[in-house]
This record gives sequence, C-alpha cells and structure tokens, in this order.
Amino acid sequence: MNVTSYIFGILAAVLTLAVVIEMLRRRRLRERHAIWWLVAGVLALIVGVFPRVLDWAASVVGVALPTNLVFFVSIAVLFLVCIQHSAELTVLESKTRTLAEMSALQDMRIRELEQKSEIAG
Amino acid sequence: MDPMPTRFDRTLIVMPAFNEEESVGDVVREVYAKLPGIHCLVVNDGSHDNTTAVALDAGAMVAVLPFNLGVGGAMRLGFKYALANGFDNVVQIDSDGQHDPANVPALLDGLDHADLMIGARFAGEGNYTVRGPRKWAMVVLSAILSRTAGTRLSDTTSGLKACGPRAVRLFADHFPAEYLGDTIEALVLASRAGCTIRQIPVAMRPRAGGTPSHNPIKSATYLGRAFLALGFALMRPASTVATKA
Repeated sequence: MNVTSYIFGILAAVLTLAVVIEMLRRRRLRERHAIWWLVAGVLALIVGVFPRVLDWAASVVGVALPTNLVFFVSIAVLFLVCIQHSAELTVLESKTRTLAEMSALQDMRIRELEQKSEIAG
Repeated sequence: MDPMPTRFDRTLIVMPAFNEEESVGDVVREVYAKLPGIHCLVVNDGSHDNTTAVALDAGAMVAVLPFNLGVGGAMRLGFKYALANGFDNVVQIDSDGQHDPANVPALLDGLDHADLMIGARFAGEGNYTVRGPRKWAMVVLSAILSRTAGTRLSDTTSGLKACGPRAVRLFADHFPAEYLGDTIEALVLASRAGCTIRQIPVAMRPRAGGTPSHNPIKSATYLGRAFLALGFALMRPASTVATKA
C-alpha cells in the first residue's frame, strides 16, 4: 500500500461521515435512518487510518484475503439498510391507509352535516 | 312482508366499488327493494368514474377513499363505519351484481349460531364452475382452511360474507389489506381469534361485465400468491377481539 491509497481511503471515509453528519445537522436525515451509515463510515475510517486492524480482523474470523472482509461487511450494511427501509415503507403504507380511511369517514360526516344544514336553513 | 325489521335495522351492507358506475346503481336499488329498512354503504375505492354520484343517486351512503386500497382496505373502512355507528352486523356484497341480495336474510339467520357466515358458490346451489389450476387451488385452499376453521368450507374466496358483532369488532382493527387478504387471510384471522365460521350454499349470477380468466399464467400467479398469503396468514400471531369499550 502506498501513501496515495492510504490517504484516499481516509478521505473517502471522512467524506462519507461528513455527508451523513451534515445531513443529520440539517435535519434532512433522522437518527434512526442514519445509524447504519454512521457505523459504516466509522468502520471505514478506522480501517483507513489503521490498515493493520483489517488484517487482524480478517485473521480472527478466518478470512484469507482481508479485502473480502471489507466486501462482506459492506454488503451486510447495505442489506441491513434495505431491510430497514422495507420495514419503514410497510409502516408508512399502513399509516397512509389509516389516513385514507379517516378522510373518507370525515368526508361522509361533512356531507351529512351539509345536508342537515341545508334542510334547517 | 317484513320478517325482521329490527335485524335489518342493525345490519350494514358494505359494497366495495372500484369503477362500477354501470352496475352499482342497480345493485343498490335491488338491495333496498329486497331488504327493506337495511342500510347500505358503498365504499368508492378510488374510482375514476361516476361511482359516487350513481350510488348516492340510488340512495346509498357513500364513503370515498382518496386512492385505491383494494377490497381489504375498502372493507376495513366499512367495518370501522359499522362499529362507529352502532351496527351489529356487516354483510359484504360485490357491487358487480354477482350476488343476489335475497341470500342476505339466510346469512343473517346463520349469525345466530356463528360469527362469520360465508355464501358459498360450490355448495350445491347454482351452477358456478371453474376449471384447471384455479379449481385445484380452490380445492386445496378450502381443505386447509376447513381444518383451520374446524368446519367444512367449500368456497374460501367468496365475496359474499356476513359478520356478526364479534367479527365486526375484530375486522374493524385487523381486516387484512393485502392481496387476497379479504378472503383467505380474513378467514384464518377470524378462526384463530376464536370466531365461529359457517357456510350456506348460494347461487351466483353471471358477472355483469367480463368473464373469469382461464389464462394459465394468471392462474399460476393466482395459485402462488394464494398459497403465499395462506402461509403467512398461518404464521402470524393470532389477533384478539377488542372488548367493547
């Protein structure tokens, strides 16, 4: 590994973290959605600054090629984010559904009241 | 000529309608003619046509959903309305004229001994038939659901159902909105929540528009989704009927 790729690794991790934190700061991203991106960014930063950690971690879990551990962890994080999004989507759909039901019921009440007031007035 | 005015008084007919302006008016008028004193709620499930105006004109109450939720979503709205307005029973009737409202009194009679009554198309009366994979699917589905419900159910995908007070309370909160949720999953949900399910034979009329499809790919898709729906329904934890507040 040369100096350029060392710096490139660190810069990429810092950029990821900066984007996530900036979005959190501007409330464009809620904490619960940001958690996996933060975890990924911090891991990338640690590995970027101390490449030895990656070699050590790979040997601990028995991965021959340390790079493969990086791919594995990346895919795992993306997978978790996807699952989280699917779950959130389900929650949102059921909330929209309840809102649609409420709006239909309110609409009926309004129409009923309008009829009554027409008769009265 | 009116055998049970009080019972009709406390019964709400719920008709999910999606782009049914051609048939819904006649169906509503037929309901009022054959079941005097009954209340009829048409749920306009995000139609793009004149369903609301036609149904109002025929004298029904109309709830308008802002977008299409499917039969399950429309029915849950019906159950919620029934619960909020003090109706004991809910009867689901298709708005395409397939079901004869004359069957409703028999279904309501059945509610004396059951929480959920199904108008079954294959139980002897009428001449409704299906063929091929769709038929095999229905046979297997009814076998499994009969076991779950502990009674013989020959037509598990019927859209003609009557629900008693217990089932109405259960469905107002938990009626499934997914594909085939209004039939297969609803039956699993009801039987696992301790509701009694029974069926009576009914004759089905031909649909006002369109014919049932016998496209093999569509049948296979239907089969797959039906069993998926059944599998998930059986895996889910049982719901409980909310006690009356």
